[in-house]
Amino acid sequence: MATLETQSGPAEPMILNMGPQHPSTHGVLRVILELDGEVVLKAKPVIGYLHTGIEKSCESKTYSQAITLTDRIDYLAPLSNNLCYCLAAEKLIGLEVPKRAQYIRVLLTELTRITSHLVWLGTHAIDLGAMSVFLYSFREREEIMKIYEYVSGQRMMTSYFRIGGLALEPPPDWLDRVRRVVENMPGHIDEYENLLTKNRIWEARTRGVGVLSAKDAIAMGASGPMLRGSGVNYDTRKAFPYSSYDEFDFDIPVQTAGDCYARYLVRIAEMRESLKIVKQAMEKIPPSGPFRAEAPGIIPPSREEMKTSIEGLIYHFKIFTEGFAPPPGEVYQAVESPRGELGVYMVSDGSPKPYRVHFRAPSFVNLQSLPLLCEGRLLADVVACIGTTDIVLGEVDR
Amino acid sequence: MEAKANEKSLALQKLREREPQTIAEVIESRGETTVVLARRDLVRICEFLMQDQALAFDFLSDICAVDRFPMEPRFEVNYHLLSMQRRDRVRIKVRLSGSDAVLPSVTGIWPTANWHEREIFDLFGIRFEGHPDLTRILMPDDWEGHPLRKDYPVEGYR
Repeated sequence: MATLETQSGPAEPMILNMGPQHPSTHGVLRVILELDGEVVLKAKPVIGYLHTGIEKSCESKTYSQAITLTDRIDYLAPLSNNLCYCLAAEKLIGLEVPKRAQYIRVLLTELTRITSHLVWLGTHAIDLGAMSVFLYSFREREEIMKIYEYVSGQRMMTSYFRIGGLALEPPPDWLDRVRRVVENMPGHIDEYENLLTKNRIWEARTRGVGVLSAKDAIAMGASGPMLRGSGVNYDTRKAFPYSSYDEFDFDIPVQTAGDCYARYLVRIAEMRESLKIVKQAMEKIPPSGPFRAEAPGIIPPSREEMKTSIEGLIYHFKIFTEGFAPPPGEVYQAVESPRGELGVYMVSDGSPKPYRVHFRAPSFVNLQSLPLLCEGRLLADVVACIGTTDIVLGEVDR
Repeated sequence: MEAKANEKSLALQKLREREPQTIAEVIESRGETTVVLARRDLVRICEFLMQDQALAFDFLSDICAVDRFPMEPRFEVNYHLLSMQRRDRVRIKVRLSGSDAVLPSVTGIWPTANWHEREIFDLFGIRFEGHPDLTRILMPDDWEGHPLRKDYPVEGYR
């Protein structure tokens, strides 16, 4: 690091403010950079610009009402959040979800993983100058969002998973649409790889940039591709299988270099693995069967039952006016979201509203390692490092 | 106290062998094990859990606080530990009274605790001694009050 001798003494480092309004911070993230020329001496992320008090709001809603809030946490993978919250509530109550609902949940969650990685790929590439990838990945994402709209009525904030299963019966031919996506997707992923993987400029901007050692990754609590790109073979779907993930056959891609390029390879491979899981789920889903568990008093009865039987009516009334109360206690449920370990810590005090809901957001924890990735490197690498951590500010701030 | 027959948690067994007097309470529920410790034993036990080769709780998943106002002890701080090699989780809980909401920081053991502790300080007002930079992280720097406390209204003061 060379310091310039000026007439008034040695030059001082410059403090540069990046964000919170900045196209490359992928949200309202502020990074205070201390620079010596183009070399980053210190990087300090400042967050809280998207804090909306979701955890506090969950305390004043019933367990079912809070599901719509969970979509907005990691808004690029909303079904992951729904899944984690519903699994935690089901664990708290002690509810068994029917297999058909579990398989559909797995299928939709893996499609969510693909959409999330597509956004990551498009935005990361466009930040580094590869602009066509952004348009291609969003074109693919459109197809998957059309499936969400067909199944749940909503393109993004689906809230499709409910406590005990799914909100609605999916339309009868929805799997045909999923099949079309599954058939076309591998070709598209090959397209992205053709554009980037052996591209000299891409490699120059990502190889050796933002190196995170395995030891640092574990110490800093990094999870997901941040961890697997550094050589640690850990995935919550394999370590603590949930929602029947242990019945599916898939690999966990791991790279050892720990740089942006390694994390890129991990995420591309994860997209391919997700397609494998989606294909298997399509075979496993029985064409008919319950899409939600049977638990009078907790799960609302069907409309017909509500209108024709007195018990149905009473249960409907009780559930929608008062809500259901899980026995007092606490649970911590973790799922593997596209960004890492997403955890929900839920405390019940025996009332129909959760006493405390805390979301262990992977982006919040992964962002902590940003200084480790960028310090000592050039200013241009900061953009690559922010992109590679794949943060979603909704999750960071909640 | 010897290990009970139905306790599957290795962490609990080893704690019972080595330092049974630190265990204030054990909660086994819904397949999860929670060990309640006193504040003075927190750092020592966390170091043990992290460094012991057989336990290897090298990953701190999450630190989460709960406000039980108006019950005393008012605050509970939960440490969710994960051992990646052994695929095992354990929860360490410490109870704090409302008038003495201070805990030693565990950033020396797991550097990831830094932002978790800042968030708890910001939203609950629990101080962490030895934390390198205990400042607000989510709320604006000049905010008054701790929003996630139960006596702070959900709609805010403005």
